[in-house]
Amino acid sequence: MTKIKTQYNRRSFLKISAAAGGGMLIGFSWFTGCTSDKKIKEVVAIPNEWFEINGYIKIGDTGLVTIYSPNPEIGQNVRTSMPMIVAEELDVDWNNVVVEQAPLNTGFYQNQFAGGSLSIRLSWNALRMAGATARRMLMEAAAKEWGLTASDLTVEKGTIKEKNGERTIGYGEIASKAVGIEIPEEVELKDTRSFNIIGNSKKNVDGKKIVTGQPLFGLDFKREGMKLAVIQHPPAFGMKVKSFNEEEIKAMPGVQDAFIIDTTIPEPQWCDEKGFLQLITLVGDSTWQLMNAKRAIKAEWETVSELENSEMHMKNLEEALVSGSVQESRKDGNPETAFKKAAKVIERTYSSPFLPHNTMEPMNFFANVTEDSAELIGPTQMPEPLEKSVSQLLNIPLENITVNMTRIGGGFGRRLYQHYGLEAAAISKKIGAPVKLIYTREDDMTQGTYRPPYLSTYKAGLDENNNLIAFSVKGAGLPEGPVFPNRFPAGTVENYLAEKIGGETNVTTGAWRAPRSHFTAGAEQAFLDEVAELAGKDPIDFRLELFDRAINNPVGEKYEYDAERYAGVLKLVKEKSNWDQKNPNVYRGVAAYFCHYSYVAEVVDVIMVNGNPKVKKVWCAVDCGIVVNPDAASNIIQGGVIDGIGHAMYSQLTFENGAPNEMNFDRYQLMRHSQAPEEIEVFFVKNEIEPTGLGEPGLPPAVGALANAIYRATGKRLYKQPFIHNMEFEKVIG
Amino acid sequence: MPTFNLKINNKTHTVEADMDTPLLWVLRDHIDLVGTKFGCGIGQCGACTVHVDGDAMRSCLLQVSQAEGMEITTIEGLSDDGDHPVQKAWLKHDVPQCGYCQSGQIMSAAALLKSNPNPSDEEIDAAMDGNICRCGTYVRIKQAIKTASKL
Repeated sequence: MTKIKTQYNRRSFLKISAAAGGGMLIGFSWFTGCTSDKKIKEVVAIPNEWFEINGYIKIGDTGLVTIYSPNPEIGQNVRTSMPMIVAEELDVDWNNVVVEQAPLNTGFYQNQFAGGSLSIRLSWNALRMAGATARRMLMEAAAKEWGLTASDLTVEKGTIKEKNGERTIGYGEIASKAVGIEIPEEVELKDTRSFNIIGNSKKNVDGKKIVTGQPLFGLDFKREGMKLAVIQHPPAFGMKVKSFNEEEIKAMPGVQDAFIIDTTIPEPQWCDEKGFLQLITLVGDSTWQLMNAKRAIKAEWETVSELENSEMHMKNLEEALVSGSVQESRKDGNPETAFKKAAKVIERTYSSPFLPHNTMEPMNFFANVTEDSAELIGPTQMPEPLEKSVSQLLNIPLENITVNMTRIGGGFGRRLYQHYGLEAAAISKKIGAPVKLIYTREDDMTQGTYRPPYLSTYKAGLDENNNLIAFSVKGAGLPEGPVFPNRFPAGTVENYLAEKIGGETNVTTGAWRAPRSHFTAGAEQAFLDEVAELAGKDPIDFRLELFDRAINNPVGEKYEYDAERYAGVLKLVKEKSNWDQKNPNVYRGVAAYFCHYSYVAEVVDVIMVNGNPKVKKVWCAVDCGIVVNPDAASNIIQGGVIDGIGHAMYSQLTFENGAPNEMNFDRYQLMRHSQAPEEIEVFFVKNEIEPTGLGEPGLPPAVGALANAIYRATGKRLYKQPFIHNMEFEKVIG
Repeated sequence: MPTFNLKINNKTHTVEADMDTPLLWVLRDHIDLVGTKFGCGIGQCGACTVHVDGDAMRSCLLQVSQAEGMEITTIEGLSDDGDHPVQKAWLKHDVPQCGYCQSGQIMSAAALLKSNPNPSDEEIDAAMDGNICRCGTYVRIKQAIKTASKL
């Protein structure tokens, strides 16, 4: 067993315990109240009384356990996996656990956000400690009852047993006494090899509610007396609203009020809106009437900065590669000389367009602002910064603001930028009533915080023995370049140059699932495929050779990956996909990438159907350390693969006069059923390393593996996303 | 404002709404049946799929004035206790990620299986192509439809 000091969290544990009597921690149960979980009811009766053991755990007198899940649920399944970790250390029967969403509580929880695939990685210890501390307190309470010490007791699935005797007591029976037990200085954690909840697949705790259409999402939220609101932002980036036909709009059916809100705050944070701060707002009781009225808006827009178009964006990127500001770089050896000496040199340039996030649930938020308080409920990946910005906007102290998180209909990074929450607060303040703001798909797609466009040039030099002796990459993005100078192949090539270069745009951009990695992995892994081909080497063997160099004799002072784990996933995918076994009608591409602390290698199998390529199967090998919930982990990797293939193949947002040309799913293409791979098989490396994230790492390698497979099938290398626009095939299926 | 009598999940609801109000917003705003989701408003994403006289239809395109006299079923009325074969299969395969599109996917799948109890892969693709899943659960959806066809 590992012992872990509770000291670090001691103050917050005490804080929550002291306040528990006052009911400080109230989970977000607006939805739970609406539904009944029959399965739980059949197993354990609904308690008459609940006892708050700590901020994560509440135990009922019948033995039913409520575990609060601290982080936003965006589909990465943390609402199941985080409580699983608590339940493991608490040692309870998973069937006796119900899960509630915790509210934002910076005094107790740390890292309450969904981003960077960090939820599990950052909370692993805190979640284990919460469970272990509660277990210890329950045991001490039982020991006290029986005149023993905790070391005289064992516990299994929520029942405490005497080691040398017959007495047993359930958590539900002793919970009332555990509340008063002093928080231990130190607690024992389980040996990872004795886990029985972690590592065993558990179904999504919201599964039943999802498939029966119960209210779960922000857009489903409703409160007595609540108004609805819609907004209209300027039609183009670079424009600002001057005025609109306010009186005409106010006279339209269903419009109770119309005005312009301003969400400018004194000290904006990184996740605050930088594009449209003034918005025309309509308020009423019927979504449809408001949407209709919105179409009748006649506004005067003022141009405040350049109205950009896609050609300009590409030109900006090209210029940035030549003369842009270098944001980060790395140089090993002397690449210039090495390229001159090289027997073979290859240079290729890759690009990708702007992309909206297009979460299926459009942006929305509920706000109820009074003179000295604000209550916010809705989908946010970043509740803490939202609270801070609302505090600035309304001039209300943080302690008078509450933020509750609903289940989120897709995140992908979009809901890190929660201007829509701030907008809801501004509207509620203006009308003096609770309000739910609803974006249309068009609002959502045209007021984005987009994935930036990228342009990268890769160059490699081989000596006469086909060894890679020089490598360079220059990558530009608007505004942030996509290059990670210390990632692979840094450390594997004697002469190496990597430059991350920035350019400018007034289009708002931000994090989009696996930021920068999603592009760089595709470009780099497709490039390495060409280099391997030029060297006459198998693409997996070629990469493994490079990792051998990084393991045995690394170049330079540091590199940001574990070469053995990187090579490990390549070897695993090679084995599982039977890479060496060639099938005449199956064309295969491989790629591997490390990001967000996890390693993923993928093999994409393409077949030709009526002369068009179709993705038949994808094989994935993943090293994310301990896998908390294996089947759900597979699901998120499968989703990442589809996301990677779908966007690289089909999706783009283009601009004209500052305005996006694609505004809804009629012109904007997302992958659909018939284009998806038939099968995606996921294999995990088994080890006992502390877990890292999975929300993002599955996506990046899919892009390169797809391009490489299509090359084998068609003889065409793909450099420009979306690939579909750069292929002769009339229809590419998946 | 005109009044409409709608037969939804075997119950009659009387609502007051503009003639052109899409059924989607009547369900969500007037009747509190929020399982039917808003995704695009132009019939391109399938999140708002309901059954109208047994067929899968996009409720964002069906005006309330056209919906009178039709038998409408929403995700809430698909089964009494989430025990429709498609719902059971969805749980078995633990299909959802974010879950937002899934009620629309389930309604499309249920309508497909009613008219074609043993669909081929191509028939599944054809019936489901109008339902976007941004999380990429397509592989599991197909598996779940095949499982449901055997339940």
